[in-house]
Amino acid sequence: MAIKPLALTARTVTNALGRGLDASLSALRCGESGLRPCDFEDAALATWIGRVAGLEDEPLRGDFAAFDCRNNRLARLALEQDDFAAAAAAAAARYGPDRIGVFVGTSTSGIGATEQAYRQRDPATGALPENFDYQHTHNVFSAADFIRSWLGLSGVALALSTACSSSAKAFASAWRQMSAGFCDAAVVGGVDSLCLTTLYGFNALGLASPRPCRPWDIERDGLNVGEAAGFALLEWAEPEDWRVLLRGYGESSDAHHMTAAHPEGAGAALAMEQALARADARPEQVDYINLHGTATPLNDAAEDRAVLRVFGPDTPCSSTKGWTGHTLGAAGITEAIFVSLCLERGLIPATLNTRQRDPELGAGVVLDNRERPLALALSNSFGFGGTNCSLLFGRNAG
Amino acid sequence: MKALTVESVGLCAPGLPSWAAGRAALAGERAYAPEPLPAIAASLLPANERRRVTATIKLALHAAQEAVGSASATPDGKLAAALPTVFASSGGDSEVLDNICAALALPDRAVSPVHFHQSVHNTPSGYWSIATGCRHPSSSLSAYDGSFGGGLMETAALAWAEATRVLLVAYDLPPPFPLSDRRRIVAPFALALLLNPNPARGLATLRLEPAAPSTATPLADPELERLRSGNPAARGLPLLCAIARRRAESILLAGRGGGLRVEVEPA
Repeated sequence: MAIKPLALTARTVTNALGRGLDASLSALRCGESGLRPCDFEDAALATWIGRVAGLEDEPLRGDFAAFDCRNNRLARLALEQDDFAAAAAAAAARYGPDRIGVFVGTSTSGIGATEQAYRQRDPATGALPENFDYQHTHNVFSAADFIRSWLGLSGVALALSTACSSSAKAFASAWRQMSAGFCDAAVVGGVDSLCLTTLYGFNALGLASPRPCRPWDIERDGLNVGEAAGFALLEWAEPEDWRVLLRGYGESSDAHHMTAAHPEGAGAALAMEQALARADARPEQVDYINLHGTATPLNDAAEDRAVLRVFGPDTPCSSTKGWTGHTLGAAGITEAIFVSLCLERGLIPATLNTRQRDPELGAGVVLDNRERPLALALSNSFGFGGTNCSLLFGRNAG
Repeated sequence: MKALTVESVGLCAPGLPSWAAGRAALAGERAYAPEPLPAIAASLLPANERRRVTATIKLALHAAQEAVGSASATPDGKLAAALPTVFASSGGDSEVLDNICAALALPDRAVSPVHFHQSVHNTPSGYWSIATGCRHPSSSLSAYDGSFGGGLMETAALAWAEATRVLLVAYDLPPPFPLSDRRRIVAPFALALLLNPNPARGLATLRLEPAAPSTATPLADPELERLRSGNPAARGLPLLCAIARRRAESILLAGRGGGLRVEVEPA
């Protein structure tokens, strides 16, 4: 039997394409990438990144000054787009602020603040500078704490941190905790911002591409780190709901390797199958798959096997990483919101930058935008540690 | 209020090297003495991985292993592989994060690839899944000082939704200098609870209810209270004390991520 669906009653997204839903939608439509050669701080790396312009000049002030760091600035910027904060306030008035849960995915939270503090250590004692506030910036929970504080919510609040599946799994946590009666509605989402840790870390692993990333391409050679924030307000769907619904979710572990995906995509396939099962849907009913599609040689190959195993070669799929870069812990929410826009507008986005599909890969990857009505669409998010999450969204044909 | 059965417990902290060895001190049958933890072997992991794992990973896995080892097995004997898991930690692996931030402060910014992949919050979860062959879902989360309570809510919600046993592992370690100046954690602490959503043979029944985050229930013993208030994972100690004493208690867990009332009813 299908699970009780949740409606996305408000949503927003901010990334390298710009601030708010319209910036992302118009860039998806016209095929304009947000990627640029790396110009983050003084990082001297030959790679491309997806940076959100202007964060450097918009500090958090007043009551929120303690939270000031790039990650929370990005969260605030996103919360203020598309009337999202106003929708959360209206929900707080309806349900009570203590009955709305906050489930935020982040991988590195505000580690950038600690990176900067380590560069300003006292040369004699090694101590960190006075103004460094670990709890409100770097700590994993800082992102969730800032968001609940900014929105004036006082219910359960968690930071989910499972690398690049974090903000996809936030949807699963919200569904469970609402089902358990711990909250009546939920703000879900994620935020991850550029930092030296991920830029130099992926570089050290040889996974950062010196070019705009090319998912599924025969010449794909790695990912581009991006930054993003996005949020959705989740409420139990009404009968005949016309809004975009979370119809199913699936989660699994690879039990294989800390950084390398299972070569046959066994865990990924399990997550997709469970998302379908929770929606009581068959693979052939899915109209579009937004792939994790990071453009590293091994990740794309593993995901391709998994998609072929569950869906075969005919389901249209694409990776939108060529627009935004890989926004890590925010990838799940970013692509969930993209999928919701695609369902509403009848859009299957291209796999931007990809020129020649790798003949070794068989999934139905599309290279040009297509327009057609969509009823069900899947979003994949996978991460280090072998963590997998697939979300299935649907919309009543209207 | 829906209930959960605590089937088994894992524990690893100074003076409490396991639930089996620490139970008497938590019950007040003998004085609690915070003796330093002996070295932990990480025997669950293959030899090549064992060399690379940090104190955080070893501590979390050690507590998880005790809880699973002392629970009633599945018919095929592979209990660990059959359990969804929730890993709760305030700050994750601060030794690894310190290493990375220190490397990034030097001119060549040579981040170690091993440190980078171990920097994610879900590293212990990943190693547990590899070591046990478990492909079930796993969450890794933080709610700062409320991480244990947040983890317990996530575990309960998962167990009820899937009608399956779930393993909760909560752990935190003192960060190295200079982070130690800004985050006070007094001692390493890990606890694991194997929770069953159905009535079952076990140590106690828990009932959970969100509550206003007021003052948390403290412990009477000053040394145990120092541990409870000095490590986010040790916020779970009042539950363990009630179970060890076989005494019904209503315990309040506080935190900025919402409060939680836990009714403990020993079996």
